[in-house]
Amino acid sequence: MYEHLETAENQENLKRVVVEPVSRVEGHGKVTLLLDQDNKVKQARLHIVEFRGFERFIQGRPYWELPVLVQRLCGICPVSHHLAAAKAIDQLVGIDPANLPVAADKLRRLLHFGQVLQSHALHFFHLSSPDLLFGFESDISKRSIIAVIDAYPDLAVQGVMLRKYGQEVIRMVSGKRVHGTGAIPGGMNKSLNKEERDYLLKDIEQIISWSAASVDLIKNVHCSNLPYYDDFATIKTNYLGLTKPDGALELYHGGIRAKNAKGETIIDHVDYCKYNDYIHEEVRSWSYMKFPYLLSEGKENGWYRVGPLARVNNCDYIDTPLAEAARLEFKAHGNSAMVHSTLAFHWARLIELLHCAESIRTLLHDPDIMSNDLVARGEKRYEGVGVIEAPRGTLFHHYQVDENDIVTKANLIVSTTSNNMAMNESVRQVAAEYLSGQELTEPLLNNLEVAIRAYDPCLSCATHAMGKMPLQLELINADGQLIDKLVKGSDGHINRVASA
Amino acid sequence: MTKTLTIDGVTIPFEDGQTIIQAATAAGIYIPHLCHNPEFTPHGSCKLCTVKVNGRNCSACTFPAMDGQEVINNAKDLNADRQKITQMLFVEGNHFCPSCEKTGNCQLQAVAYHLNMLDDHFPLFYPHRELDASHEEILIDHNRCIFCTLCVRASHEQDGKDVFAISGRGINKHLIVNSETGLLKDTDISASDKAAHICPTGAILIKHTAYQVPIGKRIYDHQQIDQVTLNSESEHDK
Repeated sequence: MYEHLETAENQENLKRVVVEPVSRVEGHGKVTLLLDQDNKVKQARLHIVEFRGFERFIQGRPYWELPVLVQRLCGICPVSHHLAAAKAIDQLVGIDPANLPVAADKLRRLLHFGQVLQSHALHFFHLSSPDLLFGFESDISKRSIIAVIDAYPDLAVQGVMLRKYGQEVIRMVSGKRVHGTGAIPGGMNKSLNKEERDYLLKDIEQIISWSAASVDLIKNVHCSNLPYYDDFATIKTNYLGLTKPDGALELYHGGIRAKNAKGETIIDHVDYCKYNDYIHEEVRSWSYMKFPYLLSEGKENGWYRVGPLARVNNCDYIDTPLAEAARLEFKAHGNSAMVHSTLAFHWARLIELLHCAESIRTLLHDPDIMSNDLVARGEKRYEGVGVIEAPRGTLFHHYQVDENDIVTKANLIVSTTSNNMAMNESVRQVAAEYLSGQELTEPLLNNLEVAIRAYDPCLSCATHAMGKMPLQLELINADGQLIDKLVKGSDGHINRVASA
Repeated sequence: MTKTLTIDGVTIPFEDGQTIIQAATAAGIYIPHLCHNPEFTPHGSCKLCTVKVNGRNCSACTFPAMDGQEVINNAKDLNADRQKITQMLFVEGNHFCPSCEKTGNCQLQAVAYHLNMLDDHFPLFYPHRELDASHEEILIDHNRCIFCTLCVRASHEQDGKDVFAISGRGINKHLIVNSETGLLKDTDISASDKAAHICPTGAILIKHTAYQVPIGKRIYDHQQIDQVTLNSESEHDK
């Protein structure tokens, strides 16, 4: 792999190139390259430069606030945080997934399918399609949704309408397109009435048709650019995600499955409440984002990828017919082995988009979503773990509360965090294979962003290494002179570096 | 003969003993307020209901209606002052509407919308205030207390218990409860008390009920506070 490019020796003799901000992703990040005199890449890193700290400031709040509070982590996939937190606090009121009222379970699934649909549509059409339709090194004026609207107006409208439909599903279930309510401890606060259900039903066939067309589009784009699309930013990794008990693709609730690069099972059907026995996180001094890894495989080899590519690779089948047919074509492309192409994330993502559209149709025809049996209560507990497959991958929420219902401890492992090592590896692969030794130009540097974008990272969600995060505090006087500087390392130790 | 006064040039009747705000409410005129509730003795502390009576600033909730008064209520300068007062209430505490369970049912938030408050304007104080979650059924979040004393008055006047009081002065003012430990669990409050339900913000809450009312069915989802208040308070005054 390319880990030798994580930290260069003799950095003082190297040129520094910075891509900042990484554009068309959620949140703020930058890529730094260190180059020698011959433009050979000696170091490449993806840095996450924003800091959130949710895990700390939700301590001291009553647990029932969690689904509504933590969803503010994100404006793109708030529903994922809302539902992961809801699953955790269900346990605090004594409700396990099997005891959740059927209507509440189905409404949450509907909400979640709407969420994944809109998020995937947003990522593909608004953020990534300019790269895929015009080329990675196309003129900067082409690399935006505006250029897509100009060149492919019908496609752009479909993208906007697909996203809008997902947002409307969210609004019908949770009251608002972004940051609604909906899930409460042990259930949901409303069901759909007939008017709301019929409003969503009237467009669902068109949505399925557009979703299927988008899968054809990405398949054609991918397969017309071989072997480039199979090789670009590609790394052989482990994959992790939830599956149903029978191995089917699952987005809302299931057991943890992890496979290695050869497709061999590392763990399967693991109860996610015991995630801590299988997954640990490492902190590195140069990023606010942690580095998770599978304990059994160790820090060096235990990192893994999550998200659409992992899920479609890991599952045995998809329980909706059109998406399953698309999955079979995807697997055939990889000769039934694990598909490691990083750009195949897009393909897998649109297969999931189609699965969401089909699943929404099934649920809209299910009378349970109009039931008013919405909430269950059991015996109080003091710890809850909620895990869900967010659009970007497996999302872990873990909370502890005291006898007064106040949160005392929180741990979130956000999807993008799990892809941290992989994104860095992909950046290093592109830097080593496509950039090294060349005179760097702006279009060439977009290749780095294309590699990151394939993962659909949400950097805002993923930065919360509170307590262990490295920090640098500089005191600068009015003349711009550095008076004092304190540096806190990833071990929490604070050093005074310079003082006037 | 019926006694009358004018509010913003409109002549309205009143009865002896009514305050200006009572006369206004009966006539269908909304005067913004937070500490006033027709069920309890007026307190005159929030100053949102400040109106000009014959050219002088007065609290409409405490000032008696009198024959021939000329009252200015819905005026640009008065509403600008009301907006500033509301902004000060926001910055003095920690009011994070996006995650607050009172959102959509909160009078402070609704008044802010009514007064077209678009930002905090003043620097936020970010005071360090504690939660009292000791009681099994009731939560106090001091971050959201605006010292309207409605809980104090409700506990005293309706519940007959004196669970709450305001202590300290100025910026050190804070809500206290009547127990040796200082904790709500050691008072004689009960979840059915009026004082547990009267808070206009999210400072005193019934536990385990958050977000049960879906968006679209909350008090201020479809009506502004002026309509809601006139409907509820004119009913009460009858």
